[in-house]
Parts: sequence; structure tokens; C-alpha cells
Amino acid sequence: MEIRGRCWKFGDNIPTDKIVRTDMIFKPWSEILKHVLESCNPEFPAKVKPGDIVVAGKHFGQSSGRAIAAKAMKQTKVGCIIAESFARTFYRNGFEIGMPLLECPGITAQVSDGDILRVEIESGKIVNEKTGGEFEAKPTPPFLLDMLKAGGLIAMADRLAGEG
Amino acid sequence: MGKAFAEKVLARAAGLSDVRPGEIVDVYPDLYMSHMASWRCIRTLEKMGTDKLYDPERIAMVMDHISPARIAKTADDQRLCREFAVRKGINKFYDVEAGIAHVVLMEAGHIRPGMVVIGTDSHSTIYGALGALGTGVGFSEITAAWVTGKLWMKVPESIKVIIEGPLARGTSSKDVMLKLIGDLTADGATYCSVEFHGSYVERLSISDRMTLCNLAMELGAKNAFVRPDEITRSYLGERGVPPGQYTEIHPDPDPVYVKSVTIDGRSLVPQIACPHTVDNVKPIDQVAGTKVNQVFVGSCANAKYEDLVEAARILKGRKIAPGVRLLVSPASKEIVARTVKDGTYSILLEAGALITNPGCSACAGDGGVMADGEVTLSTANRNFQGRMGSYNAEIYLGSPAVAAATAVRGVITDPREFL
Repeated sequence: MEIRGRCWKFGDNIPTDKIVRTDMIFKPWSEILKHVLESCNPEFPAKVKPGDIVVAGKHFGQSSGRAIAAKAMKQTKVGCIIAESFARTFYRNGFEIGMPLLECPGITAQVSDGDILRVEIESGKIVNEKTGGEFEAKPTPPFLLDMLKAGGLIAMADRLAGEG
Repeated sequence: MGKAFAEKVLARAAGLSDVRPGEIVDVYPDLYMSHMASWRCIRTLEKMGTDKLYDPERIAMVMDHISPARIAKTADDQRLCREFAVRKGINKFYDVEAGIAHVVLMEAGHIRPGMVVIGTDSHSTIYGALGALGTGVGFSEITAAWVTGKLWMKVPESIKVIIEGPLARGTSSKDVMLKLIGDLTADGATYCSVEFHGSYVERLSISDRMTLCNLAMELGAKNAFVRPDEITRSYLGERGVPPGQYTEIHPDPDPVYVKSVTIDGRSLVPQIACPHTVDNVKPIDQVAGTKVNQVFVGSCANAKYEDLVEAARILKGRKIAPGVRLLVSPASKEIVARTVKDGTYSILLEAGALITNPGCSACAGDGGVMADGEVTLSTANRNFQGRMGSYNAEIYLGSPAVAAATAVRGVITDPREFL
């Protein structure tokens, strides 16, 4: 699975409340998508394009475990999220809905907004086409790659339930 | 080398003799808690096209976060859960009057030492107060567990937090945790199991243990743990759960901890988490005098019986400052009943409090929101922007004693002035 897209860079410790504001939770997607991460970068909701790549600092998606934060990121159609580290509930929720996530400590110092990045999810190889820099993300456990390929947890659990 | 609590309890729940930090295992949790998100679990189950549940006795549902319903959609979602519970024979179903899921399930005796509990709420770390491993997951993962009975988990590394007591005058378990979160920062324990040790924790009340374990989430922890003891056994005994109905799991004497931190409670001063992050913590003298519009005593962190009694101790015979709103949302129906019985409820009312039904209330944005430019001093566990109404409002976090003192003066106030 290879993804190539423009980089949107964010800082450390971004809470789910900033990915989707609490007062937006019950709004339709069309409304939610106008506000995703807006307090971190007001341009993001309007200008993010399918296949773009979000790069964040430490502990992305902290705070509440609400799955809507990961879903909103998927709804923006970004190709993947690379972070120095993720909050554990966000990490679970991401794979659960089939959103590729990579952990790559030190990555935020190596990329800038607008750089074109090329990412190979299985191997974790990240290339910054602008600078030529190459980086290795932490390997993703094979069963999570299977979950991504199946389209998420429920698709996979369905299969497991069928076997049981 | 010995094993930490998390390694032992996950090995047990995975049916393995030995697991190590970093290893990924399939765990069979003993309880799957879902709150307001239960209707999403049911809808997901419908999409899976299966009707077969692994074990209905392991399913617990509590209708919190928004209670009672404010719009027809929520009423419809809650009806779906109610009817599902009857149809599927889910005995651990608690309706809108019960209170906050975590506290309700602990009071009902459903959380026991040595259990693995997953919940659709990040503050599921609270179950460590009774020696269980509690951790938050998304609602689809709960649905998958309903069907398959299992969940993937990475065995966490463990952090040892040693709290030396007794605590200094005017401080509480909340101040201990705010100090710890300020010191370690919001990602200080990401993916880790946090074990609380030290003289303060021994013989500590279950209420204070809940506050410790609840707030461990704000360090990024996967779970938290206080060693079960006589206090734990007596709490459960009073709830009809004798020691024969559970197996305590204790860490070995010599586990490997990735980090060990000591907090000296004897020299602690009241702490405040300032806007807009929980780790922006300052000693109270640096923010005392800040004007507030609202004080909120609520949430799974600090709206337990002992917390309300602590607030009432300061509010007794006093009135809240003119123009300030004091919102009190007890964590459970049982707590409301106790405060009515012993007069705490009347003290709060007479001081000028608005006492809501038990539940998450303002902490979940369910009422008690703020207008632009307003400030709330809250006993809850989060102060992120936009969590309580306007994006241009501020939330400060503190203990129940700080909340009460602040309500009386109308500005952030050191509770030691009243003690």
C-alpha cells in the first residue's frame, strides 16, 4: 500500500476535542468536515485533498477515546497519518476503521507543510521528495496490516465470527 | 525478575502462562462496558448480521453522558438500548437515572480485583481502584468483543508511582494527580500501566483510589492500579461480593518498571490545571484571584460521596458569591441518596448550588455550558477548549475543596483559608 501526497504538519498532544469539537459530534459529516482540526490550522478543513498526508507530533489524538475523531480524519480522505506517537485509543480506533497510521519518532523535524511525501505502509518507509530524506517508521504488527486490508475491525470480526 | 500487575492480569485473561511487555495477545475481557455509545454498538452488530453474543453476562450498559434525553434522537437511541437489553437478557443494564457508568458499575459490585474490563470511555482506567485492569476502546471494538469475546491488547510496560503521605492540609488525591500530570506531562505514561504505591495509598479510601486511577488517563496511561487490600475487600463485601467471588492479582515484589516517580504528599499545596491542557498545572497561589462565572462539582473524577462531603464542609453555613453559578452533579443515584440522608444535600442547596440529576452533566457538555469569555472552575478531569460550550471560554481544574472555596469567593481561592 503506497501513498503519495502533500504534507500537513501539526504539533504535539492534539486532543480528539480539537480534531472534532464536542459541539459538532452530532452534526452531519458535511458540517463536521468544515471544522476538522480548524483550531490547529484554519486552512486545513477547506484545503485538505484526498491522499494528503497528516504528520503530527507526540501523542496525537489524546483525551477522549471517541471514535468520531479517527472517523473524521478518514472522512477528510487523507491517505495516512504519521505521528511521533499516538494516544492509544486513537491508534486502536484508526486501524479499527481502516485508516493507516504510522509511528515515526523524529519525523516532524524532517518535513514541512506542503512537502510531497511518499509512504509505504507495510514497510514503514517514508520519503520526503522535496528534501530527498528517507525515514523508517516503527513496524506495524502484521495482524493490524491484515485489519487494514480487510477494511477494518468489523469486517475482520465478521470473518472471525463466521469461523466460530 | 518478577512481573508487574498488567503482565499478570493480561496473561490470566489471555489464558497464557507468561506474557512480556510489548507482546500482542488476544485477551478475553471479563466485562465490556458501553455507555451512551451502546446504541452505536447495537447498530454495528446489526450491520454485522449476527445475533449471537459471546456472553451476555459480560455486557454492561449504562445510559450516561446525556441523561435524560434532550432531543427525540437521543430518546430513540436510549429506547433501542433498553429494548436490546430485555431481548438479549442483559442483566447489567442501568438506565438514565443511575449516574456515571464507572461509578455505577463499581457501586453495583460488577468490578472486582483481577478482572480485565474494557469500556467505551477513556476514563475506564478508574477500575484499577478495585485492583482490576480497565482500559478504554472504541465502540466497534466493544461490538466485536460482544461477538468474539476477545480483543487484541499490547502488554504494557509499567510505571511505579510512589505517593508518600499523609497529605498536607487542604490537599487531596486530586492535587496529587494534578501535580503528577504537571510533572510528567500529558503523554508521560502513554501506553503504560501506572501502579500506585507508597504510604499514602495504603488504606486509602476507594473514592480517592478512583480519583487517582481516573486521572491516570490524563497521563496517557493504558490502565492504572492500586493493590487490593482490606479496604477493597470491605468495599466489595458491603456490596454483596465476598472474597470467594474474585481472585486478587498483585504485582511481584521485584518487577521491572520503566519509570519510578515519587510524589511527597506531605509538602503538597493545592494544584490547579490551567486552560487549555490538563498538564498546564500551577500551584494555587499563582492563579488565586482569577474571577470565575461558574463552579462545577461533577464527573467520574470528583463527584463521589466523599467529594460532595468535602465541598459541603466548606460551604456549610455560607453562601456562594453573587453572580456565580454552582453546579453540582453527583456521580450516582446511590450518592444522591446518601447525601440526602446525611444532610449534605441540604447544605449544598442552602449555599446556593444547583444540584442536577446524577450523570456526566457539564463534563460531557450535557448542560452547564459557558458563554463566550466565561470561566469555570471544575472538579472534572479535562479542560480542553470547546469542552464546555463556547470555544472562547476557559476551564480550570481543581479539587472539590478548591471548588467550594472558589464558589464562596467568586475567584479561585485556596481552600486552606477556610480550614
